Amino acid sequence: MANRNNGSPRDAVITKKILYRQRVLIALAIVFVIYGIIFYYIPLGGWIMAFENYKPKTGLFGSKFVGLDKFKFLFSDKTFIQVIRNTFCMGLLNLIFPTTIFPIIFAILLNEMKSLGGKKAVQTISYLPHFLSWIIVTGILHDSLSNSGIVNEVLQKLGIIKDPISFFSEPKMFWWIVCFAHLWKEMGWNAIIYLSAISSIDPCLYEAASIDGAGRWGKIKHVTLPSLRPTIIVLLLMNMGFILNAGFEVQYLLGNGLVQSVSQTIDIYVLTWGVSQNDYSLGTAAGIFKSVVSVLIIVICNAVAKRSGEERLF
Amino acid sequence: MSNQMNGAPGAIRVTMTENKHNKTKTSDTIFHVVNAIIMIMICVVTLYPVLNTLALSFNDGVDAVRGGVHLIPRMFTWTNYSTVLNQKNITHGALISVIRTIVGTLLALAANALLAFVVAQKKFVFRSQLSLFWVITMYVNGGMIPILLLFQKLKLTNSFWVYVIPAMVGGFNMLVLRTYMEGLPDSLQEAAEIDGAGFMTIFLKVISPLCKPVYATIALFVAVGQWNSWFDTMLYNRMATEYTTLQYELMKLLSSVTSLKGNTGTTAPGQGVNITPLSVRSAATILTMAPIVMLYPFLQRYFVTGLTIGGVKE
Repeated sequence: MANRNNGSPRDAVITKKILYRQRVLIALAIVFVIYGIIFYYIPLGGWIMAFENYKPKTGLFGSKFVGLDKFKFLFSDKTFIQVIRNTFCMGLLNLIFPTTIFPIIFAILLNEMKSLGGKKAVQTISYLPHFLSWIIVTGILHDSLSNSGIVNEVLQKLGIIKDPISFFSEPKMFWWIVCFAHLWKEMGWNAIIYLSAISSIDPCLYEAASIDGAGRWGKIKHVTLPSLRPTIIVLLLMNMGFILNAGFEVQYLLGNGLVQSVSQTIDIYVLTWGVSQNDYSLGTAAGIFKSVVSVLIIVICNAVAKRSGEERLF
Repeated sequence: MSNQMNGAPGAIRVTMTENKHNKTKTSDTIFHVVNAIIMIMICVVTLYPVLNTLALSFNDGVDAVRGGVHLIPRMFTWTNYSTVLNQKNITHGALISVIRTIVGTLLALAANALLAFVVAQKKFVFRSQLSLFWVITMYVNGGMIPILLLFQKLKLTNSFWVYVIPAMVGGFNMLVLRTYMEGLPDSLQEAAEIDGAGFMTIFLKVISPLCKPVYATIALFVAVGQWNSWFDTMLYNRMATEYTTLQYELMKLLSSVTSLKGNTGTTAPGQGVNITPLSVRSAATILTMAPIVMLYPFLQRYFVTGLTIGGVKE
């Protein structure tokens, strides 16, 4: 692309001398390209499987070609439609609350704190869950939300409920539980980037605003939020592409038979069909669907951002 | 640039306007009180489940069933820990986890740094092509099934190497390192070149010593990822019990209450009576998160650096 024009005119002509001088770099580059081809590009070739009736015995090139049959099966499968809905809705909830709104509010409130020590302490504590594995987080969540867990205990003591709620057998709650799990684990971490954006806002803007008579709320509304706007938009765009990626570990670890209809995501579907049922072709087709939609979402969002004159990714 | 590198997580500028207003209005006071309460609540919600698990892990299992154990163990005991540590699969899993974290981190750091160094060479003839080759891998990948089949072909499944080899080079880590290296002054390398140093010498003696902060950040990210990873164990090494990791064993413990019963009788005949699945699970959870929580305060300053570098460039 534009890289061509960046180099100096000398680069246009690759002489033997330059190649010889850069032989070490070229050798290293070749090693890394071979590695990349093996671990990143060859699996892409595996996409062929989705268009044939792949059998390990006959291999990639010997299996029967079936065209779009696997995709037709996918979209006639009610479970798959359900799975798409689950993945999309949980991804969207995840994008809205734990990734965007709450981290922004948290960063602004944290920035308003007067005590520097307190601020540091809150930050340190809020990042910690990010470093714990989902195994640990879901384990803790299971205990907290169990019938004798702390949440039920508090709700009962406050007199809000009489009998404990069994959170994990209620399909209506599952998405929100997943959303909360992300919030608990990632809110503090996701706020870092907004905090650093807030700290780079020119203090003069705040001074000017207070001379104009803006209070705390006025400054947040007219200085902080507009200054954060580019950061928010770029992060939103970046994370849009991950919407369909946002569901695997948590749903796998928190899901159970009772909430299956709302907990299964595309990745879990791939796992059940591709790995447990050994239908490699169907699993690959579902995976392709996910990748293609993700790329489409990114491209569309980027185009929309471009048209409305906003920041964009590329 | 260097300012950002040194910035501690808490170094958010206090806005000047706040200092100027010496007369604190009542609405101001109310805001700060409310804000402090919100922050304290966030900390409580974050810390309570962890501290509760800690208390349960030191509490007599049967006693804990009565409920009411919150932050302090009521009947103190080491039995839960001795039970966990007497389980062969858990101690062996911990060993594998430690080895994969160390080996995986060293390999990933060396490989990513070397690749970043090559891509950061402004005069390198294939620079833009190599860069694009790796950026593409960040956005498209083959998906679960093709990768699984590839690993089976390469004999990586049921082996230790599946943990460290495929994850060695990654587009994102490479970009963060490259961005940092490109920020270093060119004159350093030019001076070394005039002195007759080759590319490897420049990489090892000139660039790498200057990259220590970013190396630490990448190492931290990779190490945490390696330690917390469990899905690769489940997918590739489920059958190879000698290579299962601590997180995977913890997951088995959390998901299957029944499998534990067999162990309690055999491991602690004299004292095993008072163990419950919950108490043993708590002990295992604490043991699994212990390394991260203990190292956390020392490593904190590195991850903020890394996130800001990555974020700014993306």
